[in-house]
Amino acid sequence: MNKTIKSLEEVTIRFAGDSGDGMQLTGGQFTTTTAFVGNDLATLPDYPAEIRAPAGTLAGVSSFQIHFGAKEIRTPGDQCDCLVVMNPAALRAYLKCLKDGGTIIANSDNFIEKNLKLAGYESNPLEDGSLGRYQCYPVEISKLTQNALSDMNLSPKLVDKTKNFFALGITYWMYNRPIEPTLKWIKEKFSNQPEIIEANTRVLKAGYAYGETTEIFTTRYEVEPAQLPPGKYRSITGNEATAWGLMAAAKKANLELFLGSYPITPASEILHELSKYKNYGVKTLQAEDEIAGITSAIGAAYGGALAATTTSGPGMALKTEALGLAVMLELPLVVVDVQRGGPSTGLPTKTEQADLLQAIFGRNSEAPIPVLAASSPTDCFDVTFEAARIAIKYMTPVIVLTDGYIANGAEPWLIPKLNELPVISPKFATDPTTFQPYARDEITLSRPWAIPGTPGLEHRIGGLEKSHIYGNISYDPENHDFMVKLRAKKIANIANDIPNATIFGDNSGELLLVSWGSTFGAIRSAVENKRLQGKSVSHLHLRYLNPLPNNVGDILIKFKKILVPEINLGQLIKILREKYLVDAIGYNMVRGLPFRAIEIENKVDEILK
Amino acid sequence: MNLVNEILSQINPVSTQKYTFKDFQSDQEVRWCPGCGDYSILAQVQRTFPELGIPKEKVVFVSGIGCSSRFPYYMNTYGFHGIHGRATAIATGLKIARPDLSVWVATGDGDGMSIGGNHFIHACRRNIDIKILLFNNQIYGLTKGQFSPTSIQGQITKSSPYGNIDQPFNPLTLALGSQATFVARSLDRDPKHLQSMIKRVAEHKGTAFLEIYQNCNVFNDGAFELYTEKDTKDDNVVVLENGKPLIFGKQKDKGIRLNGFTPEVVSLQDGKFSADDLIVHDEKDSMLAFIIANMSNFPNLPRPIGVLYAVDRPSYNELLENQIKEIINKKGIGDLEKLFNSGETWEIK
Repeated sequence: MNKTIKSLEEVTIRFAGDSGDGMQLTGGQFTTTTAFVGNDLATLPDYPAEIRAPAGTLAGVSSFQIHFGAKEIRTPGDQCDCLVVMNPAALRAYLKCLKDGGTIIANSDNFIEKNLKLAGYESNPLEDGSLGRYQCYPVEISKLTQNALSDMNLSPKLVDKTKNFFALGITYWMYNRPIEPTLKWIKEKFSNQPEIIEANTRVLKAGYAYGETTEIFTTRYEVEPAQLPPGKYRSITGNEATAWGLMAAAKKANLELFLGSYPITPASEILHELSKYKNYGVKTLQAEDEIAGITSAIGAAYGGALAATTTSGPGMALKTEALGLAVMLELPLVVVDVQRGGPSTGLPTKTEQADLLQAIFGRNSEAPIPVLAASSPTDCFDVTFEAARIAIKYMTPVIVLTDGYIANGAEPWLIPKLNELPVISPKFATDPTTFQPYARDEITLSRPWAIPGTPGLEHRIGGLEKSHIYGNISYDPENHDFMVKLRAKKIANIANDIPNATIFGDNSGELLLVSWGSTFGAIRSAVENKRLQGKSVSHLHLRYLNPLPNNVGDILIKFKKILVPEINLGQLIKILREKYLVDAIGYNMVRGLPFRAIEIENKVDEILK
Repeated sequence: MNLVNEILSQINPVSTQKYTFKDFQSDQEVRWCPGCGDYSILAQVQRTFPELGIPKEKVVFVSGIGCSSRFPYYMNTYGFHGIHGRATAIATGLKIARPDLSVWVATGDGDGMSIGGNHFIHACRRNIDIKILLFNNQIYGLTKGQFSPTSIQGQITKSSPYGNIDQPFNPLTLALGSQATFVARSLDRDPKHLQSMIKRVAEHKGTAFLEIYQNCNVFNDGAFELYTEKDTKDDNVVVLENGKPLIFGKQKDKGIRLNGFTPEVVSLQDGKFSADDLIVHDEKDSMLAFIIANMSNFPNLPRPIGVLYAVDRPSYNELLENQIKEIINKKGIGDLEKLFNSGETWEIK
């Protein structure tokens, strides 16, 4: 029969099923193939919070969302165009993410009474007409998989395990993707299990052929390659990018990398990743607690390592006192806070950006620390690298804010060349004739890094106030006032060493949206859409939160209105109002979820009405 | 070669000069209360260090908060005055990053046993190669006289005006229970013994824990006088020596024997027992170490001082360095650019 081909700019698909249904693998394969054909993309896995939730329940649903397109893709997607569900619980969990008129591909074999009950359905939604708003395709995926393998004499369990390839095959057909990359992957992955290669290959092909031949699918879609900068790409998650950013900075600085860290969701993957690379000059200590995580790192920094500690909000709270110590000692340290829902234990697996004020101000007394935030999974690399550069150059702890959303999300990463990354050149003091522990570099105001082992430089540092230049304990009121101001000035001066903030859109107009962190993608997409509609809207995204770039004030005054969307109750907005005396408007949702572009667009419409 | 190693390799040779105790005195005015036991500890450390053969620039003293934690300021070595309780964790990170350094922790019963208790037990468990000197005065001195985790029950302090009801820690059993490989005790008022213990601490590879009874003459004066005063100490202290029986008393007339698992004091003069019946100290016997450490909890038994326990077990930093070597042997030195380009990649033209 004749099937129509529709061309699309962008598509969002979510694969959802039981934890055992292989949805992460299916999504991963779809991602690799989609990257291979040259689309831009972003992905987000969503695992159950419980390690082994009962099969068939809502708590046990595992899913993977991919957003890909012929244009620049900045988020894993708001609403889905297509939802692939392997059981009723998956449908129940994610139907709310599906656009009106969206496509559902459901494994109808699993919509049996027991599973329907577990998912809380009174009747079968595939049959009772409740999905009328959507294009629903019930497919007997389990049965068709069995048919494809009927002559192979495999155990029913093994047969069942391959059914995700059937679903993958259908989506490959539907979105016009080649099956060859996955066939190649199957061959490599199961190289000494020929039966499994055969089974998976057959099922994938059967799924693809099903799309081609069955009459129920009348349309397939095409998404042209995106215009991406040329070069070699790989997929990377935010947490991987953070780990690699630290490694790259250590490499460029020619220092050993030390990580002191305590396991915490959603930051643990950084510890996992770095603990693999002992042959790359990386040492990791899984510390006894968060406090030992940071204090061991401070000890390592004192010894001359590029030291880091990684955590999430509750861990940040515990590290607070030690952050003050690092400020006082003036030693380089990178602190990564992968923010999650709070307060307290809050929503460990969900995202939030409510640690900004904690990062900038959350210490006793005057303890200024530079704060940077990453805007996307790949940006975690650049921001962490930049944090290390600042830490070493200015002899200061630096806080990097990422969050659960970008930490777990993945996107294509244009692999950098090490020799094209900025230079980081630490200088250790070695000359006893001129050495003073708290002498200052005239430009950076940083004190010398003098590591134990250097003869003649024996000196004492500590958390007590130090006399200017000499570093002896000092209770002198004038000295304290001087040192407090000096430490503040040192950090404020970093503004002269960072790029000016760049504006997206016109330099003046009706409305400026100001954002930081992982909301970048949704807000930039929203602004882009509004501009296409002719609205006078621009976007300022801030990577440096402390100090702020020098030109922020000049940008703000050129707009009639300023909107600051944040996944908190208004933290950046407080700083902007205080620093620039602007009457900014907040847009604040704290649901443990990222913003959707459409929500931002609606807010923009409301303001410009 | 990373930058640290590069710089250290240029410093060649490291200082090998002969030191005197004066070389370890810093230019800082010592500000403990007159008569404080800390003065003696500082002096014994400064007297012992010239004999250790460690270049001065390779020595780091790390401390937390408290009277004892002022110690690093007075040593003319590298010094790091940290925050309350965290010295062991700071020292752990430093030693991992710089295994070439001799890393010492000066701590007290509040700093090390209370707020820093967690770091203390984990340092012992890991057997990280750091030296921990615990100045135990059974009181919070710097905060002016509250009971500490080693204060005895009934002790009247500013925060226990009706007597302390907290059960005290025995630092020795705590260290042993935390899998420490070196556990010893000494006294501020016994310079010779303290010096010999400091030397043993320095020689040990792995976490070396030395509890030092230290008199706070302002807030808890005389807490240990039974064990330090001339007329009482011999009858109340048993000095442990490896391979020797536990004999004490002014006339060397008393010994400790095991009755079942319980140590008891016996007379060596009434003809019932001889030196052959006594416990013979064995530093490598962990069971015995627990028994001897426990003696401190019984007022009828003399306080043991000396090395209770000293065994070889690979230190954390040694295991780490070995693991790194092994991985390098197996996989080669990692190439970051190759790592970035490994796995699934694709080209956009």
